[in-house]
Amino acid sequence: MISLKINNIDVKGKEGDMILDVAKRYGIDIPHFCKNDRLERIGACRICVVEAKGQQKLIASCCTPIREGMEINTHSRRVMEARRTNMELLLANHDLNCVTCKKNLSCKLQRYAEEMMIDEITFSGDKRLYEVDHSSISIRRDNNKCILCGQCTRICNDIQTVNAIGIQNRGFHNKIAPPFGMNMHESACVNCGQCVIACPTGALTEKSDIQGVIDALRSDKFLIAQTAPSIRATLGECFGMPPGTPVTGKMVTALREAGFDKVFDTDLAADICIIEEATEFIKRFKENKDLPLITTCCPAWIKFGEQFFFEELHHMSSCRSPQAIMASLIKTYYAEKIGKKPEDIVLVDIMPCTAKKFEIKRPEFTGEADFVLTTVELGKLFKLLNVDFINLEESDFDNPLGESTGAAAIFGHTGGVMEAALRTAADWLTGEDLKEIDYKKIRSMDTLKEAELTIGGKQIKACVVHTLGEARRLLEQIRQGTCPYHFIEIMACYGGCIGGGGQPLPTDKERLIKRTKALIDEDEHKDIRKSHHNKSAIKLYKEYLGDFGGKKAHKLLHTEYYKRDYV
Amino acid sequence: MVQDLLLPILKHEQKKSGYISEAAIKRISIQTGIPVSRIFGVATFYSMFHTKPQGKNMIEVCHGPSCHLNGSFNVLKSLYKSLKIKPGETTKDKKFSLHTCSCIGCCDKGPAMLLNGKQYTLLDETKLKAIIKKCRS
Ligand code: SF4
Ligand code: SF4
Ligand code: SF4
Ligand code: FES
Repeated sequence: MISLKINNIDVKGKEGDMILDVAKRYGIDIPHFCKNDRLERIGACRICVVEAKGQQKLIASCCTPIREGMEINTHSRRVMEARRTNMELLLANHDLNCVTCKKNLSCKLQRYAEEMMIDEITFSGDKRLYEVDHSSISIRRDNNKCILCGQCTRICNDIQTVNAIGIQNRGFHNKIAPPFGMNMHESACVNCGQCVIACPTGALTEKSDIQGVIDALRSDKFLIAQTAPSIRATLGECFGMPPGTPVTGKMVTALREAGFDKVFDTDLAADICIIEEATEFIKRFKENKDLPLITTCCPAWIKFGEQFFFEELHHMSSCRSPQAIMASLIKTYYAEKIGKKPEDIVLVDIMPCTAKKFEIKRPEFTGEADFVLTTVELGKLFKLLNVDFINLEESDFDNPLGESTGAAAIFGHTGGVMEAALRTAADWLTGEDLKEIDYKKIRSMDTLKEAELTIGGKQIKACVVHTLGEARRLLEQIRQGTCPYHFIEIMACYGGCIGGGGQPLPTDKERLIKRTKALIDEDEHKDIRKSHHNKSAIKLYKEYLGDFGGKKAHKLLHTEYYKRDYV
Repeated sequence: MVQDLLLPILKHEQKKSGYISEAAIKRISIQTGIPVSRIFGVATFYSMFHTKPQGKNMIEVCHGPSCHLNGSFNVLKSLYKSLKIKPGETTKDKKFSLHTCSCIGCCDKGPAMLLNGKQYTLLDETKLKAIIKKCRS
């Protein structure tokens, strides 16, 4: 243990702890831009400087380890002046159009400027003027608001290994962009939005579809919403509720108040997805063919695979994502049932994720889902329509596409899809209704997790990864024939969908754990916790889809992948 | 580290082809495993590298503090008059490329520039006209 003083308070920390982190534990918040707990500390922004007694220079607290006997002042006059100068330099080269900025009121730059009481900028000089990049379906890039903290490129390069964007040029012309003057649409970007949740300003934001949805709500079309498993665990944060507050019932009521005619639960589609995927897995496992099987719920991972691992695509499950399964069922089965033409129904998907915006625009899904709103966008829509979210009564999803199990609930966090699939596969392989259904080992926040189960003397090795860098390592193993697993879950976002690019900010590890817990609680409180016991799903197969993994199921619930060129 | 090799590789490419093309960056990426976006970042960071084809004659006007005080902006103005290009651009006939560069050590004789690596000092409009004319002939 190392003892030191911060602002005259006695504090303790471990060898190697950084000043900023120790201070935080004692409730002292030191401003910071470039620090990101998932990345190496590079000490670039210098907004986190503090004064250490006896040391001439101010030090960057995010990357200076504590030492015995240090006396740190985080808000001395010198510190405040230095921080202020740094802030003013950033602001002098910023467009400062806060009222029209998507990050207005959730922007770190704005927050610090307010906290430091910067009411005047004493520097002046040329401002950069960049064209806003609207090309991508999912992400809006506005270099005029970039403070060059570098988090986005480091997430994209070091964690996701997509390398779509990088830092270019030098000095005044320094900017974040895809190479060769390409726009985001032409780049290798897989739309995961992990850069969006890292960006402290309005430079990277989701592409908004709110206006389109409002127009649809004001039209005479039949409006349906479906909500992904993770939304109920995060939407509350948009209204100031503590992270991990489940808001399923309020969310459904709010959607009805906003004007949706029906509110369906993507969780039902998640159960169907498990039924199809487990069928596919058991077939491949018995034939020992095309193993490992990889889950395909994550559209960012699918694009990543299509770009970088085309030769390995036969390992991907042909099963659609729950979003796309529900969209298909609504525009076929449900449209027929209520006697409406598919084009008279407008389907709005509420998703955790910017990549879902890209997914619904894939040519094979044309005419199915019409819009994707992220959790953050849905929060904004409710505020815009004056929905008093906090005080709403709770209500249930509509039938027949509203029933779900505990297995579907956990789709929203890393390991959940695998856990749900193993519950069903294990039952089917043993022919029993197993009681042991918790696979706790794959629930943690580690980016690579393993589970093993032995059925009839045969071992099934499962693996769960999140972040695309981790996925890349596995795919390389598969390419070299050294991958020991039979079944793999891949999610592009850290933590799974609860950490998606469209979730409320900040998305840090602490919050991810709380959001995960909300989903695990929901699972544990459900009477039915296995996908193949979902009564509505079984009825749907009997009435409409036919056999599990059968011909009609394949037509409506499965899809294909393509080779994609990339730069 | 393979990253350390990048600078010499880029230097070689610059020398060989006069610029670092998109195709060259993609090739180097495959050979070294360094992502394209990073190579492009390095290639655009150093002023000694160019990512677009350059004109036959390379003009680099010093914009160090001393030359600046001695009127390097007038040099750029004069060059714009005769060549119709700004720093970073190349003439349509591919005869000239214009860039600015940091101090080239002629502070006592500014404003100065390099033409194809050779120093020209105490520049004024007349001098520049003559230099350009000579290159054109
Ligand atoms: S990024 Fe922040 S400071 Fe900049 S305009 Fe947007 S809200 Fe204002
Ligand atoms: S969305 Fe993902 S892939 Fe695209 S630039 Fe951001 S981090 Fe990279
Ligand atoms: S785009 Fe955002 S995350 Fe990326 S460098 Fe700029 S401010 Fe930082
Ligand atoms: S947060 Fe410490 S230097 Fe940026």
